[in-house]
Amino acid sequence: MRTGYRPRTLVLELVMVAAAVAFLFPVYALVTLAFKDPSQIANRPLSLPNPPSTGSFGAAWRSASLGSALLNSTLITVSSVVLLIVLGSLAAYFLARTATRLSYTLYILFLVGIILPFQLGMIPLYQLVNNLGLLGTYQGMILFYTGIQLPFTVFLYTGFIRSLPADYTNAALIDGASHLQAVGYVIFPLLRPITGTVLILNAVHVWNDFFTPLLYLGGSGRETVPVRVFAFVNEYTSDYGLVAAGLVLAALPILVVFLLLQRYVIRGFSSGLKG
Amino acid sequence: MTITAQAVRRDAVRAPRRRGGIAPPWLFAVPALAVYALVVLYPALSGAGSAFTDWSGVGEQRSFVGLDNFQQLFHDDQALGALRNTLLLTVAIVVIQNGIGLLLALGVHTNIKSRMTLRVIFFAPVVVSPVMVSFLWKYVYNPAPDAGLNAVLGAIGLGGLRQDWLGNPSLAIWSVAFTVIWQCAGYSMVIFLAGLEGVPAELHESAMVDGAGTVARFRHITWPLLAPALTINLMLSTVGGLTLFTQIIAMTNGGPGYATDTLSTVLYKQAFVYGKFGYSTAVALVLAIFVAAVSFIQIGYLRSRETAA
Repeated sequence: MRTGYRPRTLVLELVMVAAAVAFLFPVYALVTLAFKDPSQIANRPLSLPNPPSTGSFGAAWRSASLGSALLNSTLITVSSVVLLIVLGSLAAYFLARTATRLSYTLYILFLVGIILPFQLGMIPLYQLVNNLGLLGTYQGMILFYTGIQLPFTVFLYTGFIRSLPADYTNAALIDGASHLQAVGYVIFPLLRPITGTVLILNAVHVWNDFFTPLLYLGGSGRETVPVRVFAFVNEYTSDYGLVAAGLVLAALPILVVFLLLQRYVIRGFSSGLKG
Repeated sequence: MTITAQAVRRDAVRAPRRRGGIAPPWLFAVPALAVYALVVLYPALSGAGSAFTDWSGVGEQRSFVGLDNFQQLFHDDQALGALRNTLLLTVAIVVIQNGIGLLLALGVHTNIKSRMTLRVIFFAPVVVSPVMVSFLWKYVYNPAPDAGLNAVLGAIGLGGLRQDWLGNPSLAIWSVAFTVIWQCAGYSMVIFLAGLEGVPAELHESAMVDGAGTVARFRHITWPLLAPALTINLMLSTVGGLTLFTQIIAMTNGGPGYATDTLSTVLYKQAFVYGKFGYSTAVALVLAIFVAAVSFIQIGYLRSRETAA
C-alpha cells in the first residue's frame, strides 16, 4: 500500500534499517577480522582495523589455492548450466507439444525427480560414478548436476512452452524448417525470460553445492570453491584472520555477480518457483 | 525446489489433450531422459532396494535382510536422536524463517526510502554457499568471551548471557537453526514480496473507504491472497529443513555427542565412515518417505486453502 511519506513511515524506516544493521553484524565481524593482524584480533575484537593489514588475503589465496578452485567451479558450473539449458529445452519442446500417453507419462516421470531427495540414490550413484571411472573428474560432476537438476529445468521449460502459441513453430515447420531449426530459431529466442530463471537458479545451486563435490572431488585437485574452503578452514581453524580473509575472497565472486545482476537474480528466485 | 499447487492442478486438468501443432519427434526427449535415468532414477531405485540388504559398499556382495535395517534404526539412539533433531530443526526453521520473511516482506513493501537497498541486503546471503555462511557463524559463535557474539554481549553489558553456542548440547541445535534462518529468511522474503505485489491496490483502497484498519486489511485481504506464496515458502523450507546437511557438517559435525546429528548426517556417516551402506540407504528411504509425505500433505492442504481464498 503506497501512500505518502508519513511519520509512521519514518518510524518503520528506522526499524528496518536497524534490523539490517543487526543482520549485517556477522559480515562486519568477518570483514574487519580479515583486515586485522593477530594482535588487533586479540585486543580489539569488535573495532575497525587500525591500521588495516591486507597480508592475510594473499596468504589465504595461496593456502586455499582459490585461483584453481575458482577455475574448477567456473568450468563445472558453465558446462552443467549449458547442458541443462540445451537438454531441458529440447525435452520440454517434445513434452509440451506432444499430447500422447507417452509424453504425459514422461512428464510425470520428470516431476517425480523434483520431490525425490537425492540422498536416496546417493550411494548407488557414487558406486556408478566410481565404476565409470568418473570420480575426481569434471565430467562426473557435470553429468551429476545435469541429471539432478533436469527435473526442475524440464518442469520450468515445459510450463513456459505450453503458454506459447504453437502457431509460430507451425508456420516455420510448414515453411520447411526442421524441428531442430524450429527450436533453435523460433522457440529458443522466445524462451529468454525462463532461460534467465533456469540459468540463475541452476548456476547458484551448482556453484554453491558442497555435499557431492566433497564426495566426488575430494583429494582430486579439481575441488570446487566450497570444498577447498571447507578443507582450508578445517586446516587453519585457529588462525582467525587467515580464515576470515579466505572466506571473504571465496564469497566475493558470487556476491559481485549478484550485486551486478540483483534485479534478475531476485526475480529469478521469486518467479521461477511459480511454475 | 518445488512445484506449486497451482501448477499441479493445472497439469492434472491438462492431461493428454491435443494442443494443436505438429508433434515433435520423441528423440528430442531422449538425451534428457537418458541422463535423468542414469543419475536419478536408477540410483534411487537401486538405493530403495539396498535398504533391505546388508550391503557393505565393498563390491557387489549383499544379501536380503528384510526389515532388519529398519528395526535397527528404531533401536539406534543416534538415528532416533537424528530423527528428533531433524523434525525439531524443520519445525523451528519453517516457522521462524517464514515468520521473519513475511515481516521483512511487509516492511520493504512500503514506500520507505531504503526499500530497494534493504531487499538486496536481506537477500544477499541466499546466493552465498552454505559452507561459507556456516563458517562465518562458527566464528560468531566462538566460545571465547572476547570474540564474536560473546564480545558483543560483553560490550553492551550483557556479559552474563555469554554462551558456548555450539558446544552446549542443548543450545547447539538452536544455534544451527538460527544460522539457516539468517541465510534463508531473505529467500522467503522475496517470494512473499512477489505475492504482495500481486495483491490489487483497489482492494485495499475500497476496504479503507469502508473503514478497515491495517490489521483487518492484512487479515482479510493480504493474508488470503498470499496463499500461493505461502505454499511455495512452506514447501521450500520444509524440504530444506528435512534434508539439512551442509550447515551441520561445517559447524558441529553432528556434535557435541549426537546433539545436532540429522538424518542426512547420520546416513552420510553410516555409509562413508562406518561402511554400512545397506543401513545408510534405509535411513535415506525413511528420509525420502518423510519428504514425499510432507510434500503431498502440504500440496493438498494448501491447495484447498488457495481455492477457499
